[in-house]
Amino acid sequence: MTADAVNGTAPAHKPPAKPGPAGAALHWALVTLGPILAALLLSGAVLLALGTDPLAYYGLVLQRGLLSWLGLQETLSRMGPLLFLAAGLIVAFRAGIWNLGTDGQFLLAAVIVAAAGPPLADALPGWVALPLCLVLAALVGAAWSLLPALLRAYQGVNEIITTLMMTFLGTSFANVLVKLAFRDPATTVPQTRTLPVDDRLPRLFGSTISSGLLLGLLAVVLVHLMMTRTAFGLKLRVVGANARAAVHAGLPVPRLTIAVFALSAGLAAMAGAVDIIGTQGNVRADWNPAYGLAVIPLVFLARFNGFASIAFVFLFSVLSIGGESAARRLGVPHFFTLVVMAILLIVLALVEYADHRRRERMRA
Amino acid sequence: MIAAPPSDAGAPIVALHGITRRFPGVVANDRVDLAIRPGEVHVLLGENGAGKSTLIAMLSGLLQPDEGRILVDGREQPIASPRHALGFGIGTVFQHVMLAPTLTVVENLALGLPWWRRPDRARLAAEFTRTAEALGLSIDPHAVTGELSLGEQQQAEIVRALLRGSRVLILDEATSMLTPKGVEELGALMRRLAGRGIAVVFITHKLKEAFDFGDRISILRLGRKVGEIPPERLRALGEREATAEIVHLMFGSSESPLPSPSLSPPSPRGRGLGGGGSFGLTRPVLSQAGADGGFDPLPIRAQTRADPSPYPPPARGGGTMNDSVPAPILVVRDLSVPGHGAAAVADVALEVAPGEILGIAGIDGNGQKQLAEALAGQRPASGGTVLLDGRPIDRLDVGARRRLGLRYVTDDRLGEGTVGPFPVALNLLLKQIGEPPFWSRGLDRPDEIDRNARALVAAFDVRTPGIRTPVGRLSGGNIQKVLLARELSGAARVVIYSKPTYGLDAQNIVAARRRIRDAADAGIATILISTDLEELLELSDRIAVMSRGRIAGTVANDDRARQRVGELMIGAQS
Repeated sequence: MTADAVNGTAPAHKPPAKPGPAGAALHWALVTLGPILAALLLSGAVLLALGTDPLAYYGLVLQRGLLSWLGLQETLSRMGPLLFLAAGLIVAFRAGIWNLGTDGQFLLAAVIVAAAGPPLADALPGWVALPLCLVLAALVGAAWSLLPALLRAYQGVNEIITTLMMTFLGTSFANVLVKLAFRDPATTVPQTRTLPVDDRLPRLFGSTISSGLLLGLLAVVLVHLMMTRTAFGLKLRVVGANARAAVHAGLPVPRLTIAVFALSAGLAAMAGAVDIIGTQGNVRADWNPAYGLAVIPLVFLARFNGFASIAFVFLFSVLSIGGESAARRLGVPHFFTLVVMAILLIVLALVEYADHRRRERMRA
Repeated sequence: MIAAPPSDAGAPIVALHGITRRFPGVVANDRVDLAIRPGEVHVLLGENGAGKSTLIAMLSGLLQPDEGRILVDGREQPIASPRHALGFGIGTVFQHVMLAPTLTVVENLALGLPWWRRPDRARLAAEFTRTAEALGLSIDPHAVTGELSLGEQQQAEIVRALLRGSRVLILDEATSMLTPKGVEELGALMRRLAGRGIAVVFITHKLKEAFDFGDRISILRLGRKVGEIPPERLRALGEREATAEIVHLMFGSSESPLPSPSLSPPSPRGRGLGGGGSFGLTRPVLSQAGADGGFDPLPIRAQTRADPSPYPPPARGGGTMNDSVPAPILVVRDLSVPGHGAAAVADVALEVAPGEILGIAGIDGNGQKQLAEALAGQRPASGGTVLLDGRPIDRLDVGARRRLGLRYVTDDRLGEGTVGPFPVALNLLLKQIGEPPFWSRGLDRPDEIDRNARALVAAFDVRTPGIRTPVGRLSGGNIQKVLLARELSGAARVVIYSKPTYGLDAQNIVAARRRIRDAADAGIATILISTDLEELLELSDRIAVMSRGRIAGTVANDDRARQRVGELMIGAQS
């Protein structure tokens, strides 16, 4: 520490020579676009090793996921549940709670909603039945997170383990429910009754895009504003950034912890509901898209920022919808999308580390 | 296993000559001479921050001196690393046990051995038992370490040090974690070790232990060795004379060579010197009897200072009482706080009046932190009552107590006082999240938040590049200013400071102390917890001394305070 810093004579502190605006823009491009390019190159190398032409793969992904109208509609519809999951993860991660059980919360809520949806839609008008489904899902998700929440809040049990365990239980339980309780007797495959297309979430502007997209965007933006602009969000961030400071400041940490679990799991569960009442219509036994685990790296890449999360969810959506088509055409497994994302995450982490070291050197 | 006593028992094994070690801003050791002789228990006495730990770190190879020479067996050589120190036969047993709790004693012994060799447990156990029995200890070498008592773990560590061929054994505050019985056993063990020709260096805060177990006593103060009592003198001096001498060396005012009635009173508070501070109050003190013989739960607090006050009698403005002693605003009765094993705070009773500064002295870790946290409401108490304005506040949480005017300035500024990555502006409101006018219906009002931050930054002279700068980027002194600004702003009525100048540089120490004094002069009842006796003498009206979670006594801050607080701190009066 310099003598200036010790004496507190901050004005004498000289900022490191600032690069001009052109330099700053170049630096921004290097640390933001550079990793994406590098990740695409590295993934291309993996594709080459698999014996696939990377250019053909990327071209097909782009064509099917983004540039064709059919693909774009699918991509945007897929974003709805992913955005809800991102919102749920942002709440939890910003509050320092590692809710890794979103898949269980998602699937269980999806099954309950798939079972309750058709009778509700039969009995009630759509504008009552569909919101009711979302509320029901949120309650199911919150309930499924109660055990990890209580253990974490009052016993300090690590929620990473407990939420993961609850996911195993949740996915199995959802399966059992489909096969034993909610099975549609009219079909031979074990699945729930299908919600008629007319009773599902309305589609946007005559396209096939589900309005789940709008709900998802709304959820992410609301969560972002809640975390950054409200007293409640600030309390959660204090707990996440320094739990001891939260105790010192007199925040009710256990209660806030339970609230975070309920919110996070509720949003993850609404993702399941939106997928069912918007796109799928029913749940087949053994169906588990495992979106939750796929969204975790996206939220990290976005540094828990809501708006950046929207961009990354879009990118992922393009890659995964396009990747599913490319998988059928080129024989590349459809989870290769996840490989691309993982490589991107690693490259970004490395670039950030290097950038951090460079700034440290400049300050020294 | 135990090294045989060298033939010339008088020659020191390790001798330090003119050792100086500096850290940024402080000289931790200033030209210290020390000779460690075989067959002798050499006691190092000194307050927190006197430089004992630094000295030990250099002896055990963890730190290197900046100046001075270290002689081992009469030859000058550096102690470059802990391994090197062990090679010279210097073993250290630290305050906190350094054994792996999940391994057995024998497995812990095997930890230092070369990794490629299979540990011969049976042989190790036999050696351990032989050495332990020779010292009159019986520890099962196959017991899991964590299941032994702390005293036994320490004994196991001592035996391990001997097995590794230690001729010098450093016991760093080894008694601080032990029960009285454990202390006695350790003392007896030290005597037996000395009898076998081992040189024991024993660091303690307790004068009684120094007398009971030590042959030679060296006293450190502010990094300097201020005195040494060799064995002959220690025996010749009576306990009372030795106590007086040691207390004076450890705590005596540095200007005056001897404690004498003419010693100038440490101008408490220095109030009125700057002019304008005519809010002064006479300083109520506890009865001396109450301070001497234990502590009554309800102290009589009607006595005023015996010596004539140099300041004019107070003129209490606007008060309805004509009494010169204002009613206490904070009253603590029989407060107990649970700790690990023994209670962290036991039956503490305190009273503080508006405008009064009650100092709390004591060696670090004697329950001061737990007391402060219990008063602030962030740690549950197991018994007792805290009254604010005569109303019990035991059931209120931190926020409710704060709204009543009770504030706590923590010493753990980055650990719990602030959220490092958050901007200064938010850290200034950390304890008011959601309260108007900064939040309205739960929504931020950035203009109000910024206005508050700018006003406080200016008023408390926080040197920060901006109010949005992450608080963790500021220097320690400026982080402390942020804390003071947060706790002293608004309707503060009772403020608890925990080591408010700890780790600050001289300039910021002066600024923080002035802030504390000004706040008290403005009528705030103050509890000042500090391990710095000078600070307490400079600021306090009364000083309570905490020891093992209890108030060992409370003294008025008069010309005898220095000596009496010193005596209470090291347990010379019991």
